[in-house]
Amino acid sequence: MAIFLTKESKVIVQGMTGATGMKHTKLMLADGTNIVGGVNPRKAGTSVDFDVVSETRESSTVSVPVFGSVAEAIEKTGADVSVVFVPPAFAKAAVIEAIDAEIGLAVVITEGIAVHDSAAFWAYAGSKGNKTRIIGPNCPGLITPGQSNAGIIPGDITKPGRIGLVSKSGTLTYQMMYELRDIGFSSAVGIGGDPVIGTTHIDALAAFEADPETDLIVMIGEIGGDAEERAADFIAKNVSKPVVGYVAGFTAPEGKTMGHAGAIVSGSSGTAQAKKEALEAAGVKVGKTPTETAGLARSILGG
Amino acid sequence: MDLFEYQARDLFAKHGVPVLAGEVITTPDAAREVAERLGGKAVVKAQVKVGGRGKAGGVKLAADPADAVEKAGQILGMDIKGHTVHKVMLAQTADIAEEYYVSFLLDRTNRTFLAMASVEGGVEIEVVAEENPDALAKIPVDANEGCTPEKAAEIVAAAKFPAEIADQVADVLQKLWTVFIKEDALLVEVNPLIKSGDGKIIALDGKVSLDENADFRQPEHEALEDKAAANPLEAAAKAKNLNYVKLDGEVGIIGNGAGLVMSTLDVVAYAGEAHNGVKPANFLDIGGGASAEVMANGLEIILGDPDVKSVFVNVFGGITACDEVANGIVQALELLKTKGEDVTKPLVVRLDGNNAELGRKILSDANHPLVQRVDTMDGAADKAAELAAAK
Repeated sequence: MAIFLTKESKVIVQGMTGATGMKHTKLMLADGTNIVGGVNPRKAGTSVDFDVVSETRESSTVSVPVFGSVAEAIEKTGADVSVVFVPPAFAKAAVIEAIDAEIGLAVVITEGIAVHDSAAFWAYAGSKGNKTRIIGPNCPGLITPGQSNAGIIPGDITKPGRIGLVSKSGTLTYQMMYELRDIGFSSAVGIGGDPVIGTTHIDALAAFEADPETDLIVMIGEIGGDAEERAADFIAKNVSKPVVGYVAGFTAPEGKTMGHAGAIVSGSSGTAQAKKEALEAAGVKVGKTPTETAGLARSILGG
Repeated sequence: MDLFEYQARDLFAKHGVPVLAGEVITTPDAAREVAERLGGKAVVKAQVKVGGRGKAGGVKLAADPADAVEKAGQILGMDIKGHTVHKVMLAQTADIAEEYYVSFLLDRTNRTFLAMASVEGGVEIEVVAEENPDALAKIPVDANEGCTPEKAAEIVAAAKFPAEIADQVADVLQKLWTVFIKEDALLVEVNPLIKSGDGKIIALDGKVSLDENADFRQPEHEALEDKAAANPLEAAAKAKNLNYVKLDGEVGIIGNGAGLVMSTLDVVAYAGEAHNGVKPANFLDIGGGASAEVMANGLEIILGDPDVKSVFVNVFGGITACDEVANGIVQALELLKTKGEDVTKPLVVRLDGNNAELGRKILSDANHPLVQRVDTMDGAADKAAELAAAK
């Protein structure tokens, strides 16, 4: 199994015809993702050919049709996942379109979306009964190695396995996947570093707990907000599988935004130390460095 | 971006929130004319982005224009919690009968907006929240529905504002919501919101924080930036579109991805414990697909920091290929040399992930005397800390 994304997933790409969308659609196809369409109202009815080099080094041309709307793409292809590469100024409209079309999962890669826009589409999803799971924004997406890749996580740095990973940070996700590549991952989900995000650590923890093919969960957090503290509370009450944690930002000064819009320590809240303590109190083993964290996971799995 | 009080006041006025007349000045002499315009008497308020200025002596009452010059002279140049006062606002004096508190802010935990209101204003709201939580009403505001007349009435009722001012406060709340939405604010706070002797509701002091991600549709916000206060290295980095934060250590840091760079700072700080307590000198995220030019810009900023004794370049190649990064480093060093910069600080480079072997080979072949390769993150951090401590 896996969480949120499998080889059965039918994926469309909003913003596929832009430079970033083109680059990553090609990479996602190479990772085996079943991409059934792109969305661009100005190019509806056309198609885009991708020269895809698969893992077996065989090259083939994949022709992906472009639809005028998410609703049309769903109607014609049965798509259930959308990956959004639309630029920040237009991202809110794109996500609302995906919610209106009731797609099951919208993965919002776009970085730099205004908080009022992400708060608006999050509230909108709620008002529509949360039929669309949102991952992101400002995230690398998610991958179920060997099956499907929805986003920009490199597909070739790890293999399928039994670790579930949830992280606010893209590059730390890659680092951890690489360190534990010999054991492999069921799914890895990058939830994003913005102040307002759709899927949380808790959502991913609950899904990994329920996934019979995940034996251990690695959770990566960073300064800002209280998501890690609430995840710790959730773990103490609801997660029976072993969880290993890492928190970035111990040396971050108060009041400075560290790259991610959400990564800021305000007063005494949002510190890495508080998050680490909360996780440890919930029985989570927390590593001091990414490498030490990978080591903790390895020793629990007896590898 | 946090604004100064006078900037917040301007935004309030722009959207119809009742405020008192006031003007900002940077020299004591300018106070005379402003005080005259304000009717002689004035409140002289230090403009600093930190709380507690009143207690620190940053707010004084001036009886007449000559007194305003003297008080402005006392406050300008003052140090308030590490912030030097470069500007003061002269404001009309207020006849305060009651002090209240209202704000709109982002509630990250619940992923919604929140209104907070209290009839116990004029003191730090954190203190009210701690000591008398029932006195602070917290009402969620839906991002799409906004602060409607009904919602404003709900906030007023929850905070138990007196009946005779309920309509006025509700009106101010709706106008503050307009500020919050139209200006893409993350926080709009009025403390105190006062009732004057003649029963008027006025925003006396305010705090506004703006979302920089919304700059694309807020062209006027750039002018609100406090460029003078920015660290010169941070200003230089910003001009080159680099995500840089100056810190107070000795090991310069360059990495790709916000999370990895934050983690790199931590790992260097741990390693530094064994090397004279050296610490990271900065945060610098060069992002994905770092070209030679971006790498050169980053290196130039870091090598230009006199506090830096060694540099740690920590890259995990995800989509970015490590051979491109390695070429970037080699070219960056050549570029700096041709620009006449004398690079003398040692660089420790750790490359891992996509095409790491190729990248490492490029560095080995270049054989630059200042560049050392260490292939694990923890090991490289230790080497960079050791080199910084030895200098």
